[in-house]
Amino acid sequence: MFQEYDVIVVGAGHAGSEAAVAAANLGSKVLLVTMNMETIAKMSCNPAMGGVAKGQIVREIDALGGYSGIVTDHTMIQFRMLNLSKGPAMWSPRAQSDRMKFSWKWRLMLEAHPNIDFWQEMVVGILAKDGRAYGVKTSLGLEIKAKKVILTNGTFLNGIIHIGEKALGGGRASEKASKGITEQLVNLGFESGRMKTGTPPRVDGRTLDYDRMTIQLGDENPAKFSYTDTPKLVNQTPCYITYTSAEVHDTLREGFERSPMFAGRIQGVGPRYCPSIEDKVERFSGRDRHQLFVEPEGAETHEVYVNGFSSSLPEDVQFKALRQIAGFENAKMFRPGYAIEYDYFPPTQLKLTLETRLIKNLYFAGQINGTTGYEEAAAQGLMAGYNAHLAIQEEAPFILKRSEAYIGVLIDDLITKGTDEPYRMFTSRAEYRILLRQDNADLRLTPKADALGVMNMDERMKKVREKEQAIVEIGNFLKETSVAPVDIASYLESLNSAPLTQKMKIHKVLLRPHVQVSGLRQNLPELDKMLSQFHPEAVDSAEIAIKYKGYIQKEQEMVDKINRLERVRLPEELDYLEVNSLSAEAREKLQKIRPENIGQASRISGVSPADISVLLVLMGR
Amino acid sequence: MFAQNDTITALSTPTGEGAIGIIRLSGPKSIDIVDDLFKGKNLRKQGANTIHFGSLFSPKGDFLDEVLVSLFRAPKSYTGEDIVEISCHGSAYILTQVLDAMIQSGARLANPGEFTMRAFLNGKMDLAQAEAVADLIASQNQAAHAMAINQLKGGISEEMVRLREKLIEFASLIELELDFGEEDVEFADRQQLLTLLEDTTLKIKGLLDSFQLGNAIKKGVHTVIVGRPNAGKSTLLNSLLQEERAIVSDIPGTTRDTIQERLNINGVEFRLIDTAGIREATDTIEAIGIERTFAEVDKSSIILYIFDAAHLSAKEVAQDIEMLAKKNNAILLVANKMDLVKDKATIYHSDAYPILHISAKAKTDTEQIKSGLYGMIASSNIDPSAPIISNVRHLEALQNALNSLATVKEGLEVGLSGDLIALDIRTTIHHLGEVTGSISTDDLLDSIFRNFCIGK
Repeated sequence: MFQEYDVIVVGAGHAGSEAAVAAANLGSKVLLVTMNMETIAKMSCNPAMGGVAKGQIVREIDALGGYSGIVTDHTMIQFRMLNLSKGPAMWSPRAQSDRMKFSWKWRLMLEAHPNIDFWQEMVVGILAKDGRAYGVKTSLGLEIKAKKVILTNGTFLNGIIHIGEKALGGGRASEKASKGITEQLVNLGFESGRMKTGTPPRVDGRTLDYDRMTIQLGDENPAKFSYTDTPKLVNQTPCYITYTSAEVHDTLREGFERSPMFAGRIQGVGPRYCPSIEDKVERFSGRDRHQLFVEPEGAETHEVYVNGFSSSLPEDVQFKALRQIAGFENAKMFRPGYAIEYDYFPPTQLKLTLETRLIKNLYFAGQINGTTGYEEAAAQGLMAGYNAHLAIQEEAPFILKRSEAYIGVLIDDLITKGTDEPYRMFTSRAEYRILLRQDNADLRLTPKADALGVMNMDERMKKVREKEQAIVEIGNFLKETSVAPVDIASYLESLNSAPLTQKMKIHKVLLRPHVQVSGLRQNLPELDKMLSQFHPEAVDSAEIAIKYKGYIQKEQEMVDKINRLERVRLPEELDYLEVNSLSAEAREKLQKIRPENIGQASRISGVSPADISVLLVLMGR
Repeated sequence: MFAQNDTITALSTPTGEGAIGIIRLSGPKSIDIVDDLFKGKNLRKQGANTIHFGSLFSPKGDFLDEVLVSLFRAPKSYTGEDIVEISCHGSAYILTQVLDAMIQSGARLANPGEFTMRAFLNGKMDLAQAEAVADLIASQNQAAHAMAINQLKGGISEEMVRLREKLIEFASLIELELDFGEEDVEFADRQQLLTLLEDTTLKIKGLLDSFQLGNAIKKGVHTVIVGRPNAGKSTLLNSLLQEERAIVSDIPGTTRDTIQERLNINGVEFRLIDTAGIREATDTIEAIGIERTFAEVDKSSIILYIFDAAHLSAKEVAQDIEMLAKKNNAILLVANKMDLVKDKATIYHSDAYPILHISAKAKTDTEQIKSGLYGMIASSNIDPSAPIISNVRHLEALQNALNSLATVKEGLEVGLSGDLIALDIRTTIHHLGEVTGSISTDDLLDSIFRNFCIGK
């Protein structure tokens, strides 16, 4: 019934979908196995893509040839560039998505791919012999063979949904949990753990009084996620902001004794940065209100997502508290919030390719690795997909450095440090965020994807070359063209910047704090004319390259320095337990994580600078 | 495979003859090697921290000496390995023979500092402590000794922990704004950040200041004696050194520098430098001499300015001091020849500098100068019992940190965007990492999640 596939992807969420595309785009024959073809790339939680650090990841996925950015551009209903005042390294695209259209668009794009087949059924185990995986086994008893297997099970492995005192098996509301895989993997020697996450109630938008809330509009001139020619967003739907109150908190407290969290029925570790409303009320009892974002689930549906009100309290408590929120007095609830507990496998059991160390040909991506977020999952899926294909072809693995991409930071963190709580990306996790910007993901990564042989990269590469050329041309123009004091006197005055005393090259003026190209071109018709022939993103990148040159160089120097440590390789057979000079903790951690080089070793928690000196001495440095 | 798995040996007391001399071995074979050459109890069966009397033989069987053998067993030893210390009679011949015997039996001659390096590698001490050991061994005076002991006990680390906390607080406030700008939390305003920055800067400066004292204590306080010709510089130097000379010349092989003398006051070592008189350049040769004087002044920690109170007017003294004071060192004023002064009211005086009145010929006056010099150290705004930076590596790290903190401050003041300010803070943290221990993103995130309600 089935051919032998190159790659089987188990699960079709954000990780699974990107994994299938990635392997298929390199030429692998892929089978995507999902329990439900109606829920491909479903947004289980908030209907949004991107955000601070996450937006950068989506841009990177797009630059590498993944589909998340394209799907988002086609299906978003609002776009905002966050953090505009914090500097270009912090600019973060965020989109409000149409939940149903997002999933639908993904399915159509997957179906359109000639190298991807589908099968709807539950996978109950992998086929493995002598430490190698060679396929999967399904609930109907089918055995499907493949050279590589990528597990992207999300929250489905032994998922339990908690609402108040009720606990139901399930991987998402009204979808059953997946059983068998964890048990088999543990038998094979894998370590597993339990994590928890939660989601807020959804309400009927027609029953809300938006006049009592603050409107939050999209950007006047919305940008996009994909570097390709995806459509520009025209009609935007607003979000709204409201707040809980002391009264709401009192009502929530009444339900605390029926809370699965506080009663200890939930054992999994939840994310500190995404606490439930009851957690916030309990931990920050001094605050008499918490902010809520009221987000539309789509352009046409009336369903609304109450961001910030994640809860596993009993549904009647949720409902009663909701109605006390300003604007929610007559709210009708569509679905209650819930908490979900699921199995994960500590990612320190993986290699940087996301292949497991224990079983060859087996890859993990997404929430199974203890991460949270569509973007983090998608990025891992993409990298697992590429690496599975490359391994089949016996080509060098595709590993991104921390200095090359947030995706590199993400995977290195997971493999090197592991995670105790659901892992989410923050920009602060990246050492080189001046280099890892959303405006240059294409310049950083598209040539790498092209070099791998990803399909249909010609158009993308052409754009990259054009952008590079534009940056050079704009840079030269700014260096060669002078501006007269009178031309920008009023602009400089508006910035509280000293007036020019004589003619000055534009790029010198640009180096002053607060001076921007956008402000200069309004006053300099010649500059405006020159710049208008280029794509606005190229102009942004050119401006950043000039204005931040000193800082970019500084980070580049730091990269070069740390790369020297990265080049000192640690032999795979090294027995750290024998190295008495290492601290006990370092010995244990190094033995477990087996870093590939001293740079990676230096990032392992518990490995001190003294331990690194020891390793350097051992390696003869 | 690993270098430290072999056994090292060295003479642990100074070369030359003494009542006893000690040969030390460290490594897995220490006990076996000595036991094979030792006649007495079976050392292999003896417990840790025990001492045994017996005879020591060469591998060929020649009797070498009657010795005391001290056993230390891993990991409870200085290096964390098995250690044997052999106390022999202190003849250079015997010691060489014993050392040879150890090497012939499989021990390797240790490199300088290798015992301490092993202690460091085996986690018996951190880097600051290992460096303190080197200082302790090299300490030539009481204060340097006390300082090294303080550092060895981890004194520096405690001060660094507090500095580290300040930095985490500061950096996490910046990061909060960057990663959680959409959250409903209160962000620190620029003024708050500047205040916190000022605190941090002061802490680092305090440590840097302590370096000058620390280094001075370690190496001797660089003290230059300056004055016009015939102010009494040489007489003063000679009388200060009168009683020291006997001690100094007792040490064989000590090279006496003609212009630089060492003087120990209450356990602190001062290095006294005599200079050519100032204000006397009438030809080029003299001009060179004065140039040298100012080069010395630049290098010094203390300037001892001496003047002839009977012949030099207050105005002339003030001119000299003004010229010296530019060099930004501590100045001790000495009004000499007080016995010849007729009207004491006309003598230069100042509230800015301590001033001593002497007649160089009186013996008691040298005591006054000594306590004046010591007072310059004791009165510097550093608590002598506080941890002191005495290590160049730390100094460099602190100085780099201070520079990058200044950049942070500048950035805050001109309203630089948060991403760039954060990079400068990271640079600071990176530099201080060497002394404070590293600060990771997880430390910053922990601090954020602990103090702010994050999560929409």
